[in-house]
Amino acid sequence: MRWTVVLGLAAAMIAASGCKKQQEDSNVILIGHVASITGDTATFGTSADKGIKLALDEINKAGPVLGKSVDVKTEDDRSVNEEARTACEKLISRDHVCSILGEIASSRSIAMAPACQDARIPMLSPGSTNPKVTQMGDYIFRACFIDQYQGAAMAHFVVDTLKAKKYAVLYAANSDYSVGLKDFFNEAATKLGAEPTQQLSYTEKSDVDFSSQLTKIRDTNPEAIIVTGYYSEAGQIAKQARQLGIKVPLVGGDGWDSDELLKIGGDALNGCYFANHYAPDEDRPAVKEFVAAFKAKYNGEVPDAMAILGYDAMKLMVDAIKRAGSTEGPKIRDALTATKDFPGAAGNITIDKDRNAKKPIVIVGIDNSKLHFVASVNPQ
Amino acid sequence: MQNVTQFIQQLINGLSLGSIYALIAVGYTMVYGVLQLINFAHGDVFMIGAMVGLYAATGGVPPALPWWLHVVIIGGFIATFAVQWFRGRRPAATFQRILPLMAIYVISIPVLFAASFISRRLSLPAWSATIFVMGFTIATCGTLGYLIERLAYRPLRDRPRINSLITAIGISLLLEYGGQNPRVFGPTPQAYPNQVIPLLNGALVNAHGIVILKIDVLVLALTILIMVGLSFVVLKTRTGLGLRAVSYRFDTAALMGVNINSIVSFTFVLGSCLAAVAGILWGVKYTRVDPLMGLMPGFKAFIAAVFGGIGNITGAVLGAVVLGLIEVMVVGYLPGGSQYKDGVAFVILIAILLVKPSGLLGKNVVEKV
Repeated sequence: MRWTVVLGLAAAMIAASGCKKQQEDSNVILIGHVASITGDTATFGTSADKGIKLALDEINKAGPVLGKSVDVKTEDDRSVNEEARTACEKLISRDHVCSILGEIASSRSIAMAPACQDARIPMLSPGSTNPKVTQMGDYIFRACFIDQYQGAAMAHFVVDTLKAKKYAVLYAANSDYSVGLKDFFNEAATKLGAEPTQQLSYTEKSDVDFSSQLTKIRDTNPEAIIVTGYYSEAGQIAKQARQLGIKVPLVGGDGWDSDELLKIGGDALNGCYFANHYAPDEDRPAVKEFVAAFKAKYNGEVPDAMAILGYDAMKLMVDAIKRAGSTEGPKIRDALTATKDFPGAAGNITIDKDRNAKKPIVIVGIDNSKLHFVASVNPQ
Repeated sequence: MQNVTQFIQQLINGLSLGSIYALIAVGYTMVYGVLQLINFAHGDVFMIGAMVGLYAATGGVPPALPWWLHVVIIGGFIATFAVQWFRGRRPAATFQRILPLMAIYVISIPVLFAASFISRRLSLPAWSATIFVMGFTIATCGTLGYLIERLAYRPLRDRPRINSLITAIGISLLLEYGGQNPRVFGPTPQAYPNQVIPLLNGALVNAHGIVILKIDVLVLALTILIMVGLSFVVLKTRTGLGLRAVSYRFDTAALMGVNINSIVSFTFVLGSCLAAVAGILWGVKYTRVDPLMGLMPGFKAFIAAVFGGIGNITGAVLGAVVLGLIEVMVVGYLPGGSQYKDGVAFVILIAILLVKPSGLLGKNVVEKV
């Protein structure tokens, strides 16, 4: 008697789980977005998502794409690599998205790329700059520059503009982005005649005390300190560096871009610089339009680089879908590969044979807790 | 010369880090001494201290508990009365037993409201603000420690010790992942505002390449003060006598008239208050706080307590300071040291358990039958 009840319950549960599969809504083009909405790099995900949603509004206002409306489903990966992969797989198998936008952080893009490659769903990263990301497969694209150029741009700035001949490096040993950027910076800087006095590492997401490393760096008297990590550590490093009496400028990469950086680092960041995808006070009409539209939608909030990258990536993806004339993965992939001179707000996007985009790099300076445009470097 | 100054600087860094570990380690060691229980939730009380301090300093204290929590608590009280009635106990007796819990609940309502009011009108920096933040956080964590002991550990006191251990892990996970819930603290790290403690910015000494930050001096001074105060309490007061009696022999102390429940509660409350102070100091020194921040410092403090001789307060402080120094030296002098610093702490734990399990200052007590 008891066994029949158990078997009956089991059968009912299996049947019920089968019924959970959602009806495919064939009037909507669904694009997935994997983002770090919460966690250590929360501003990356929330900014990108805001940029994407702004683009979505403009796209839907402009009319149907291939006769359908467009929608975006965002999954949070909590800034954890394994979760990025899970979130990606959820979007592909449960929500049946036609393509994926994401992620910003290179480590997480690398983690989720195999899922997209195996499912033959094109993945467009708005802001991952480590070269390994697009090497994961021919369905993986990016709409931003790669660290080879970023490292070279930073090196030129440090050597030519800051006139530093000796520098120290502090990087996150467990971040693909940080290690890669450090290597490219060193390569370019040593070619320009500068030399590193110290290269020390820390563990991203778990270290809060950098006084040991900074003490050693301080005693070698570098003329600049290169910090290739993400914003929450960069802010603390700046603060602790100033506390230890280090007065030279700190220079970083696009991982610094977040308003949390200024909240954590405060005045310690004055006189520091970082390479970025755009500066909010850039004097180009496309940038001004985007900033105005973003402020209008989000209560006067100033967009950071991840927001404009998300915006451009979303628009590029929809443009590719239009050019492909279909929502099938392989066709969208071919359209993305053929992208030439797409007018993005942060610059023209042309996808090269390595599925990377060649875009200008902007050097941003920090003064009085505000970001300002310093220089623009065009990739050669 | 530069090597010497660098070494001294690293020493200072290590002492500062070790002092914060010491404040947490004392809590672990006292609870173990009294109950032979490793309170894994202690590291998370440290985290709660840091988060509550942040919210108190930035006007984030809610004016009242959420309505469903009121329902749960009042429902729990009613259920307790009902269950005890069916067991044959008169309501008056039940009332006396859960009086402290009801008192905490009733008092918390106006206190929370007042604290919310004050926290929104704070203007940092000001000594009054610091006193409020410290006081409120210490009170909250002390209460939390009392509640954890009362509701989670006391019912299991007559059961095998492993039950309490598993419960401790459960409470730890509850605090960590409950804290990560967006409606509580959220998983994103938050930043402490500057100037929670006034006059604390900048360095006290900045000469010859050695920088001693004011916060480091404060942490060290506080730790020494607390050590002295604790020694006084343990050695010279009646409560301390009771504490030592319970640590020595639990059942006999009860037979000799020591109020076990009150001593155990006192231990938990005291340990949690110290953890709260450690949490605020960590937040002021390192700025970044998030719900999982108590994991690593909690482990390190536990290792420090074992290293110094678990059950021994001086041992805990000594172990913590030594552990802090070793951690900083590993990062400073071992290439790639930053990745090994957590591993080194666990290696020390294994080593001390193999070589001298009673810890540096512990005595090997032989159980005489």
